[in-house]
Amino acid sequence: MSFWPYYGLQRGITTTSWPDGAEDSAGITPGRPRARPTERAEEIAAVCPTQALKVVRQDGTDGVAVDFSRCIHCQRCRQGENALPWTTDFSWGAPSTSAQSTLGSRFTRSLQVLYVDAGACGACVNEVRLIDAPPYNLHRLGIFVTATPRDADVLLVAGPITDAMRTAISKAYAAMPEPKRVMGMGTCAINGGVFGESFACAGGLEKIVPVDLWLPGCPPPPLAIIHGLLSLVGRVAPAALEEQP
Amino acid sequence: MSIAKALQEWLQSIPKLQMQKRSEQWLQLLCPAEQLPELTRHLVEDEEAEFATLLVEESAKEDALSVHYLFYLPSTGNLIELKVEAPAGTELPAISDTVHAADWHEREAWDLYGLRFSGHPFLGDFVLHDDDWPEGLDPMRRSFDGKHRPDLHGSGVDWAPPRLLQEEGAMVFPVGPVWGDFNESGLWLLETPGEQIRYLHTRLFYKYRGVEKIAEGRTVDQGLLLAERFAGASAFAHAWAYCQALEQIAACQVPTRAQQLRIVFAELERIRHHAANIAEIAGSTALSVAKALAQGIVEDLLRLSAQLCGHRYFFGVLTPGGLREDLDESKLKLIKQTLPELDQRMQLLEKQLESSSSFLDRIEEMGTLDNELARIYGVVGPIARASGRSIDLRRNLPYGQYVFLSPDIPVEQEGDGYARLRIFFAESRISVKIILELLPFMAEGPVQSPCPIQEGHALSWVEAPSGATFHWLRCTGDGTITRLRLGTPGFRNWHAFERAIEGAAFQDFPIILATWGLSIAENDR
Ligand code: SF4
Ligand code: SF4
Repeated sequence: MSFWPYYGLQRGITTTSWPDGAEDSAGITPGRPRARPTERAEEIAAVCPTQALKVVRQDGTDGVAVDFSRCIHCQRCRQGENALPWTTDFSWGAPSTSAQSTLGSRFTRSLQVLYVDAGACGACVNEVRLIDAPPYNLHRLGIFVTATPRDADVLLVAGPITDAMRTAISKAYAAMPEPKRVMGMGTCAINGGVFGESFACAGGLEKIVPVDLWLPGCPPPPLAIIHGLLSLVGRVAPAALEEQP
Repeated sequence: MSIAKALQEWLQSIPKLQMQKRSEQWLQLLCPAEQLPELTRHLVEDEEAEFATLLVEESAKEDALSVHYLFYLPSTGNLIELKVEAPAGTELPAISDTVHAADWHEREAWDLYGLRFSGHPFLGDFVLHDDDWPEGLDPMRRSFDGKHRPDLHGSGVDWAPPRLLQEEGAMVFPVGPVWGDFNESGLWLLETPGEQIRYLHTRLFYKYRGVEKIAEGRTVDQGLLLAERFAGASAFAHAWAYCQALEQIAACQVPTRAQQLRIVFAELERIRHHAANIAEIAGSTALSVAKALAQGIVEDLLRLSAQLCGHRYFFGVLTPGGLREDLDESKLKLIKQTLPELDQRMQLLEKQLESSSSFLDRIEEMGTLDNELARIYGVVGPIARASGRSIDLRRNLPYGQYVFLSPDIPVEQEGDGYARLRIFFAESRISVKIILELLPFMAEGPVQSPCPIQEGHALSWVEAPSGATFHWLRCTGDGTITRLRLGTPGFRNWHAFERAIEGAAFQDFPIILATWGLSIAENDR
């Protein structure tokens, strides 16, 4: 006997109202560091293991800029006396330098996404799996996941682009109909992240296919992934990959 | 505990074997190559030793390799290391016909070091795919520059395994490497005459990032970032094993409070890992409400994690010598408040699933690995415990505060999908209990003690959510890694997965895959 619909109803609605309403539930995002002017810029920047924090000097004042494309969420700049302020946002999707125009109105209520794992660790995979779980419910936004490139409008790739996945990515991209967009998710996809470029990894999706949108974060939380997808169709304002003090 | 007298005497009777005690717990045997098969057979068959991992290291001089076969005795908690020197060009006798768990390790060593094992039937196309990677180039060798992609290319011919099924109408059905909605990349070739899967060829390492290679030459601090991120779903477990290795080298005593908090984090990770597996199992049988309920639990655990330490997957929590940050009273209270409710939701979900007969029909007697196969393949973690093997490093080789806790270890006998589901539920429940029982006894004091960098090497282990994991770390006095070996549970369990598929119906493949709940990132490294 199946009581499943009843069990489901019992749990009530857990879906976020974002992007129509605000969302600030605790723990929904790890947040990320903010750039700021500071005298101790050198000290703060030295904490970062990936050179995501950069010292900048403008009009005689020092500051720390944040390059989100390098940040691997090690949290070191959140701790200690030199801590940077930390946001609790998740609107992280940022256009690449070679971004095409947004997909436009024909896609705002029907966007098909093909996900390709190119060496992602379990964290990015787990976050991407959650985007169609009830707390986030991708489908309410008219975004759907497809398993075939022929149906796909967006290619979503995570991981540092391992050698054996290069061909699969180019083939998937070639098989997608126009217009198509590519989104690289996680610091790994942008530049290899902690793995970098090596004999086994290309260290960046752009080396294989042209990319329209970068989603930094290690891993980016589910709402950041949704933000990225929505900004590809122009439904939300995109963010930038760098922040200046 | 010391090693049983009978074993010691037996070892002493073997000619040309040098014994050396590396610690009370750890016995090293320097043995000539020809004695390997007999020694390892004796250890595994007569002493019931478990194979931990195979470790190859290149010595500084003349391409010589030292090969370490690591075993442990679950009954006494002893480590036994067989060390064999292999000068350039040596062939070692394969041990995989007696210690089948070492099979994939030998294939890996051949691919990455060019170390040949005589008598091994399947060397080649494993970690490095032949269509892409040239024959004879061994990336783990010192002389190979791991920073760049070599200019060479492989055969370019699409790989195809030998076809075992020679029947009329038989075909090979490929699944992967890109398949389904949100799946990890891997290739499975199902050989079938129509309905039933007769054989499965698994081809992994599409996600090979060469972590062990790229770690070499990096600092031990950068190594920690890698250990956290190569298998993010069990980031804490791997980072813990890594930190333990550094702490061993520095003889650093981790403060009690930090040790207790490590258990809290590790068990939270276990619950989340298992809940995610349960969601996948429900999803694979198209039970979308059950999947949604499990995913809700996963999401709430992730939010709890971020509230505790700032990161949903515990990245950046550990540091050699302890933890980066303490959990204050308010955070401990948050765990106390949140966890019982999540536990109730888990238990309710378990009841609901158990009264759903159409669901049980699809996982019962599905993907069975019987006790004998589980032993032969040396599977670890929940997979082993679902097949009647009561092994858990938290009890058999206790580390940290587990020495005092000795958690309950649930065991099921059937080895099928349902047994694995029950294990996932039972272990989560026990993890909740461990955390809640530990919280009232939290020690006061610091959560970090100094862990100076020193030259040395160490073997460390942790029972990760998916099973036993062994890390071997060697570093120089200035903190440069010269060898990092990641012996992961995924690598052990994927090896046996093929055996659980044989005879299953075609459409059950995704369900069986989900009930095993194996991580490819963890296998491929
Ligand atoms: S959290 Fe990001 S920016 Fe801050 S130190 Fe770590 S990598 Fe650098
Ligand atoms: S970006 Fe971070 S979380 Fe994502 S795959 Fe890379 S290491 Fe894992």
